Amino acid sequence: MFESLTNKFNDVFHRMSGRGRITEDNVKDAMREVRQALLEADVHYKVVREFAESVVQKAKGQEVIKSLHPGQLMVKIVHDELVNLMGPVDTRIYYVSPAPTVIMMAGLQGSGKTTTCGKLARFIQRQGKKPLLVACDLQRPAAVDQLSVVAGQAEAQFFTVEGEKNPVRVARESIKHAASVGCDVVIIDTAGRLHVDEEMMQQAEEIAKAVNPHQIYLVCDAMTGQDAVNSAKAFNDRLELDGVILTKFDSDARGGAALSVKSVTGKPIKFIGVGEKLENLEEFHADRMAGRILGMGDMVSLVEKAQEQFDAESAAKMQEKMAKGKLSLEDFLGQMKQMKKMGPMKEILKMLPGVGSQLGDMKIDDEEIDHMEAIIHSMTKAEREDPSIIDNSRRRRIARGSGMDPSDVSGLVKSFDSASAMMKQMSGMGMRDRMNFAKQMGQMDLFGGGGKFKVKQRSHRLTKKERLDKKKKKRK
Amino acid sequence: MAFFKKAIDRLTKGLARTREKFVSGLRSLLAGRQIDEDLLDELEERMIAADMGVLTAAKLRADLQTAYKERRIAKGDEVIDFLKEELKKYWPPENRGIRFAETGTTVILVAGVNGSGKTTSIAKLAHLFRQQGKKVCLAAADTFRAAAVEQLTIWAERVGVEIVKGASGSDPASVVFDACQAARARHSDVLLVDTAGRLHTQEHLMRELSKIRNVVSKQIPNAPHEVLLVLDATTGQNAINQAKAFTAAVDVTGIFLAKLDGTAKGGIVVALRNELSLPVKFVGLGEQPADVEPFNPEEFVEALFS
Repeated sequence: MFESLTNKFNDVFHRMSGRGRITEDNVKDAMREVRQALLEADVHYKVVREFAESVVQKAKGQEVIKSLHPGQLMVKIVHDELVNLMGPVDTRIYYVSPAPTVIMMAGLQGSGKTTTCGKLARFIQRQGKKPLLVACDLQRPAAVDQLSVVAGQAEAQFFTVEGEKNPVRVARESIKHAASVGCDVVIIDTAGRLHVDEEMMQQAEEIAKAVNPHQIYLVCDAMTGQDAVNSAKAFNDRLELDGVILTKFDSDARGGAALSVKSVTGKPIKFIGVGEKLENLEEFHADRMAGRILGMGDMVSLVEKAQEQFDAESAAKMQEKMAKGKLSLEDFLGQMKQMKKMGPMKEILKMLPGVGSQLGDMKIDDEEIDHMEAIIHSMTKAEREDPSIIDNSRRRRIARGSGMDPSDVSGLVKSFDSASAMMKQMSGMGMRDRMNFAKQMGQMDLFGGGGKFKVKQRSHRLTKKERLDKKKKKRK
Repeated sequence: MAFFKKAIDRLTKGLARTREKFVSGLRSLLAGRQIDEDLLDELEERMIAADMGVLTAAKLRADLQTAYKERRIAKGDEVIDFLKEELKKYWPPENRGIRFAETGTTVILVAGVNGSGKTTSIAKLAHLFRQQGKKVCLAAADTFRAAAVEQLTIWAERVGVEIVKGASGSDPASVVFDACQAARARHSDVLLVDTAGRLHTQEHLMRELSKIRNVVSKQIPNAPHEVLLVLDATTGQNAINQAKAFTAAVDVTGIFLAKLDGTAKGGIVVALRNELSLPVKFVGLGEQPADVEPFNPEEFVEALFS
């Protein structure tokens, strides 16, 4: 999408020949593409219309011919405008004194309130606070049980009133209870409700009135379509939201609902839920979201993830080794393992611009790395340093040791050889060339076709003479 | 037949609110107007607002334009009927019902993403089949989410049907195995299998679902007779990815469109019909067991443009 967007803009500006400024007419054509991208990402059509207007206004009069790539400039304007609309985001939770800080959750049925309560509790614990989870969903069967289990998993305190049918009373009681058990944050889970259900909306208002929450969060499914504006607006009108939590972000939804919700409520998106585990709650970043909506991929997240995992010093060492082409299998394995630490391969690849959309049903087997590890661990130190000494008998031994086929062993050596050759080449390039190179690699379908490192061709077997030569060299 | 009459009454009631809006909205928009670009633009926007998707909306717009050029329609007032006829062709009556087994137990596998409304929808289906005088058994195969088994158990009690369950955290396929055995032994007419919500992007969870399907087909010949994908009516364009992934994993036969009692139009099912030819079989319209209706394309299409 990102590329098609850039190309479309470039096309338009090529046709402009001679004129140096963007005018309303020539940009309008290109905006059609943006509009479609946004609609496909589920941004509400009225929001899209306003957005397109404002981009045209921003772009008008900008000098594009001076910049080498007018298409990129336009995409940048669109991107920045999206970031502007969704940000800036303040994801801090402000705790009040005297405690407790009261947080109320609200949303439609099935948006993910109960799970998010658990995640938020975990998040708050990490900031050194003691949360109390309060079960005010007395509507859905077993919702109270669910929250109690979630609280157990999060190792947080849990509160309910046995046999009570009125959630307002439970909420009120919970504040008193929080003080008695020493909790300084109260998180109130409420029943899912339709924004057109007058009775239930009134109940939500009553809960809010009874406990005077410091923060009210709307929990919203990232896969929501055009209707997101209606529900968000209704909840905001009745409850005066402080922020929005977008859930199920680990799906492949483009998440245009984020933009819709922000623009109708004016309330920031604070967090996103990105998995079934309690740790999977992240702070919202407008720039990343903009990229996702436009299908540009999430470069910033990727870089940040990588930074978390690789320490700079060992990276520098590696760089040096790469430049000399003196990478050993041990280093190779280390690299692979670090990549694995960043998450499943597919997740990582998804974040690369242009790759995400092509992944589709491609299968990337994380077991491959385990197999590699087994093979490399079955090698002697000398073999790891210099895989070329691996002959038929060594190969058989390694295969037996690792439980793999001899052909897998030679396949690994082969891919290691080509990887180190590539790295040597890459280390001599600037950043820009490297990106291009990586792109080419992507097109070569390195990970496709089952991603096996098996190759049909057997690795070169040393002749007797070559082996003797090697031994001689070693003795020296 | 009394049952059907009741169903239609209910649906009419459920959609009355939206229809009033529709009559005053779309009909007045179209009344007495010429079919021009502006009108087509407005219609296209309405279709997009109903989550029908950019492509489907563009296709219907083009159809309208062709019909106008060929003089099959002349005035704005005829547009609604034209679109209704076009869309109704998407859902011919023959594939809207449940395919029951000729003899023995009919197995219906129910799947969907997290929070789409699977458990509630199963309770509704159980209620519906019981009213038809069938003996119903539920399989609580959502062993993952906290208290999901408890939730289904409460529904089973309320609706008055049997339930087979395993321990929380146990292998869902083994629960389904037990449920198939039990359903056969007890001569149940219908076995409804509840599965854990899963995002279609989680490959290992989709494999787990395929395994559940395999267990069912090994236990009971020709089963599962239906595989229903529960889709939240508020879902946007991502529903297409969902439907594709679930169809690849368990061969979905129809859609249960849940939560249609809100303001969302569920227009995505038009796109789903267009792209994947998946029929809608039921719609969910509330939180009570009786709040389920067989899908009625006419009513649905009326509501779409409101």
